[in-house]
Parts: sequence; structure tokens; C-alpha cells
Amino acid sequence: MPLTIRELPREKYVLPGHAACPGCPEAMGLRYVGMALGRRAILVIPAGCTSIIQGLSPGSGLAFPIINVAFASSDAVAAGASAAKEVLGEDAIVVVWAGDGATSDIGFATLSGAAERGDNIIHICVDNEAYMNTGIQRSSQTPRGAWTTTTWRGKAEPKKNMPLIMLSHGVPYVATASVAYPLDFIEKLRKAATIRGFKYIHLHAPCPVGWRFDPSETVEIARLAIETGMWVLFEAERGRVAISPPSRPYVDKSRRKPIVEYLKRQGRFRNITEELVKELEREVDEYWSILIKLSSQ
Amino acid sequence: MRLTLTGNYCVAYAVKLARVRVVSAYPITPQTTIVEKISEMVDEGEADIKMIRVESEHSALSAVYGAASAGVRSFTATSSHGLLYMHEMVWWVAQARIPLVMAVVTRTIGPPWNIWTDHHDIMGQRDTGWLIAMAENNQEVLDETIKLFKITEDPDVFLPGMIGLDAFVLSHTVEPVEVPDQDVVDSFLPERRQPYVIRAGDPLIMGNIPSDLVRNARMRWDVHLGLRNAETVIERVDQEWGKLTGRYHGGLTECYRCEDSKYIMMGIGSWVGDMRIAVDSLRDEGYPVGLLKIRYVRPFPVRRVYETVKGSKGVVVFDRSISAGSAGPLFLDVASHVQAMRLGIPVKNVVAGLAGVDVGYRDFELIVRRFVEEVEREGWVREFLEFYSGR
Repeated sequence: MPLTIRELPREKYVLPGHAACPGCPEAMGLRYVGMALGRRAILVIPAGCTSIIQGLSPGSGLAFPIINVAFASSDAVAAGASAAKEVLGEDAIVVVWAGDGATSDIGFATLSGAAERGDNIIHICVDNEAYMNTGIQRSSQTPRGAWTTTTWRGKAEPKKNMPLIMLSHGVPYVATASVAYPLDFIEKLRKAATIRGFKYIHLHAPCPVGWRFDPSETVEIARLAIETGMWVLFEAERGRVAISPPSRPYVDKSRRKPIVEYLKRQGRFRNITEELVKELEREVDEYWSILIKLSSQ
Repeated sequence: MRLTLTGNYCVAYAVKLARVRVVSAYPITPQTTIVEKISEMVDEGEADIKMIRVESEHSALSAVYGAASAGVRSFTATSSHGLLYMHEMVWWVAQARIPLVMAVVTRTIGPPWNIWTDHHDIMGQRDTGWLIAMAENNQEVLDETIKLFKITEDPDVFLPGMIGLDAFVLSHTVEPVEVPDQDVVDSFLPERRQPYVIRAGDPLIMGNIPSDLVRNARMRWDVHLGLRNAETVIERVDQEWGKLTGRYHGGLTECYRCEDSKYIMMGIGSWVGDMRIAVDSLRDEGYPVGLLKIRYVRPFPVRRVYETVKGSKGVVVFDRSISAGSAGPLFLDVASHVQAMRLGIPVKNVVAGLAGVDVGYRDFELIVRRFVEEVEREGWVREFLEFYSGR
């Protein structure tokens, strides 16, 4: 039975007093984490936007227990916390809530180590595709062609494919998610919480400030990423890939919207060339064909 | 039980006896045999410890920090470059006021690659808020590691602590060591105590941005106060240990033939053993020399140093590291406090034994003889800083 909004708990974990920007996808994502895991969650948060979003101590706008940690350390801290809870026999789901930089750049070795060891944690990469907290610098998750404050003419390199990299670690659960599809994300989180070992969820999180769109359009942009096929929702239990329902129609390429519909809504792609758009299209097709191949095995 | 153990095995036995529950580490020479021994104890079912075999030292300290924050006694060990790689987390753990214990097998920093002992690695951590103990021999390694769990988990302290032991001289050299029984250590060490525990369902947040910078500044000052409190706690805990085992090590410092001495030598680590021999032979020659062994670099034993050197005619401080561009770090602590207390005594710094260069009792005799003669002749020292590279 698919999850419906009526079944979601009413307790709030993102409270008035949080310091997220208008239209912030991370505040949305944190809300869904609260709905999915509730009082069982302990969050480990490295440097990033959520360092700010929490609000100022001694108060906070988040109702989770949180250990704020140094940029490259989060999966190791989480591994230790998870081990301690096991030793103490306390119920807890230890979740790393890390941005794309903390996941795929500075924290990558730590993440890979925890995944290889099978530490019993959930790593959520909340991916806004650049270092937004420090002022929109490029990360390895910034897509080709995107303007950032360190790539003024657009990033020359493609986005590093983290979900496939994590799949290659052979961990028991890898999934992608989007802030435009909260029920899909919540279901994946709940499933991850039932699996022992290392779980990776990559949450696509369009940032109005860094991507240059109106704060009222976050969900719309996130949905366009799915509808154009630029972001694909799937999950992989023990390596078996299944395209998730919101992305399933787009297995058929003819049903995908042209990617320019996604790109033209974002100021960061303002100066993108037709050539680069073609290159991005080619990359999208290639990614889909890999996923389709993996899901039919 | 009397066993013949290396310094590294002493650490492993102490960790087991302290009933540590989570250990995480990454291999580095000469630390590795600590974790190898603990792993063996775990695999043989002798110790109930969860091992997290991480991919880097940064992660090793991160993992034990996570475990300790979540409520269990935790331990890690490293050396040299490993400690440098951890440095960010060394700060983090102390500022978060999370008690845990780390063994540091002191080793030279590269380049060039060099596995022998000097103290640049551990002395580079002295501003971080950790307690820093230095051992002279393997018995002290074992005893101090156990005691550090009690000291760091004392509510007046609540800070992490490191035990330094010199590469190879202690880490890989066997000595007869008295290993206490489990029930002795159980009666000595209370249940784990810490300022807060991260638990599911309890929305406690560690480390979000402060609304009040003065409050933040006070947190920094409180770390300093915690270390000052540790002075009393270290003394008390060492006395308790002494009553229980017959081995009182002197608290923050140990004086050797200080009474009726006119000149004081100071040092940390294993070469203090050679200094003792030098004191004996210098005394035989008529030089009125005593030795103050500094057991804790942090908290710095301000009172003990004052009480020992007041009334003396000169102090010579041996450093096995240098704060390049200034002087040896132990000297800087001693000299600044001697000046602040208006003692008006010449303090000389001898930087020696860098990069594992061997320094023996003959070297100490030579240096101290020259120092005493110069002060007797001139009333002061002309060069306060000397680099000694051999006879």
C-alpha cells in the first residue's frame, strides 16, 4: 500500500525559529526526515547550510538530537554513535545529514570508509549542487554548464555520479529522492531504517539562492528535474535497481520533457550554449541507459 | 600480576582493564601494536570491546568522539602524522567537553620519513584543551592510562586526555610491569560519567551557532578552568591509585633529589630515566643538582614548578621539540611562569634528541656541568637557547 499524506505523523521537527532561506529545500527535507523517523533519529551534521538552519544556540529551530561535527568527519562520528547505541542496547537510527560537498568532496573518504565497513547508519546527501553556505562555489556535484562563484563561465566538468559510486560499494541500500516527492522520500527513509548496515539516500534539493530561481518555485524545479529525466528516482536493495514510481514514466524517453525546460528556469544556466545542452542531453540518456540496464538484471 | 610488557602492550592492558567499550584506530608505526593487541584481546574473547577499523586517523578520533558522545567509554591511539591528521578533531573533542583517552606514541614528523621518537607531534597539541601526560617507563604508561579515564571523566574536568609514550624506547621495549587485577581497577574506576549524552528522543543539540559570543568566549575560558581543576584531580586520583597499588607517581610532577639542590633539570618522557642517572653522578661529583620530571604538560604544573625552583640558582629545561622561530615549548612554559612569579632565576633551554637522536646520561652530565659552571662564574647564562646535537 503506498503511503498517503493522511498517514503522516503530526509532530513537527522543523520549528519556528529555524534560519533557512525562503523556499529552502533542506528545511523541507528535514521535515520529511522527522515525519519518517520521528523520535528514533539522531542527526550528525557536518558544516553546511544546516549548520545555520538549526538556528542559534542555546535555542534551536530543529527538534532532533544533533551532533554538529567537522566537515570531513560525519560518517565516522555517526559510526561511533551507532556502535555506542548498540553497546548500550538503546534504540536509535543514526543519520548523517550532509550536503554535497561534505558527501562527495571533503567527506568522501570518510563516507566510503563507513560504507565499506557496513556501519549501521543512514547517510543522506542533501544535494543543492554547490557550496551554498559559503556563497555558491562549485562542488563535484555541480552540473556541467552551471554558473557558480568559482565557475563564472559555467562548470566545465560533469556532475560526479554519487548514487552509482555508492552502488559500487555493494551496500545493502542505495536510493535517490527529491524534495518534490516527499512520500517517496519518506518511504525510502523508513525502508532504510529497517535495513542493517550502511544506507545511502541522495536527495535532490534545488536551491533558489544558488540556482537563481524564485523561492516559490523550489518544488516545481525539483519536479522538472524528474520530468526532464535529469534526476532519476530509484532505489537499490542489495544492488537490485528499481526505478521508483515518480520516475517510471520517463523510462520511455519520448515522455521526458526537453531538458531546456528545466535549464531555462534557472539563472545559473543563463549562458549555457546549445552545444552544452546537447552534451547534457547525451549524458542524461547515458545515465538512463545504465539505470535501465541495471534495473532489468 | 607481574608481566614483561612493551609500552604498547601496557596501553592495551590498561584499555581492557578500564572496560573501554569502543575502540577505533588506523595503523601507523609505532602505534600499531597497541591496536593489534586490543584486536587480539577482542578476538580471543578477553575484552568486550567494539572495534571500528577506520580508513584514516581523522575518522578514528571522529568515531571515538561519536561513541563517547553517545555515552560509552572510548579509546584511540596514534602517532606523529596520524596525530597531525586528527588535529581538527583533537580540538573538536575538547571544545565539546567529551572525555575520552588517546595514546600518542611520540614520533618524529616528516619529511624525511623518520619513525624514531621526538616530541613535536604531542607538543603541537598543547593548546587544544586536552590533558597531556608523558610517561617515563612502561609501568607509568599502564598506570597513567587507567588513571586518565578517571581524571577525564571527573565532573570538575570533563575533558579528553592523551598519554604520551616515546616511540620504541617505550613502545617496543619490554620491561617488567605490575598489572593490576580486574577487581582492583573496577574498585578504582567509577561508571562512565560525562556532561551530556546524545540520545534518540532527547532533542539536545551540540555545537550550533551561538547567539551570544560572550557565552562562546566563556566556553573557551571554561576549558582552561577545567584544565586548572585537573591539577587537583590528577593529584587526588594519583594518591588513590597509590593507596590501592602502592604506586604513587607524584601527581603532576615528580622530584628526584630536589631537596638541598641548587640547580634543577627538567624534562618529559623516557629520557628522564637517563636524567636520574646524570643527577646521581653529578651529585657524586659535588654538583648540587636535582630533577623535576614533568608528568603533565597540560595542565602545566605551575605551582609545582614554582615550589621546586624558588630559591634555586638556575634551571635547565630539556626539550625534545622546538617551536621553530622561538624556543622549546616546555622551556617557554617554564620560563614564562618563572618570570611571572618574579623568581629572577636563569632558565636555560637545551633542545636535543630531535629526530630520534640518542641522548644519554653522559650528555646530560656534560650539559648540566657546563650550565652550572657558567652560572657560578657569570651569575647568568649568556645563551638561553642551545641546540645540542651530540658530544
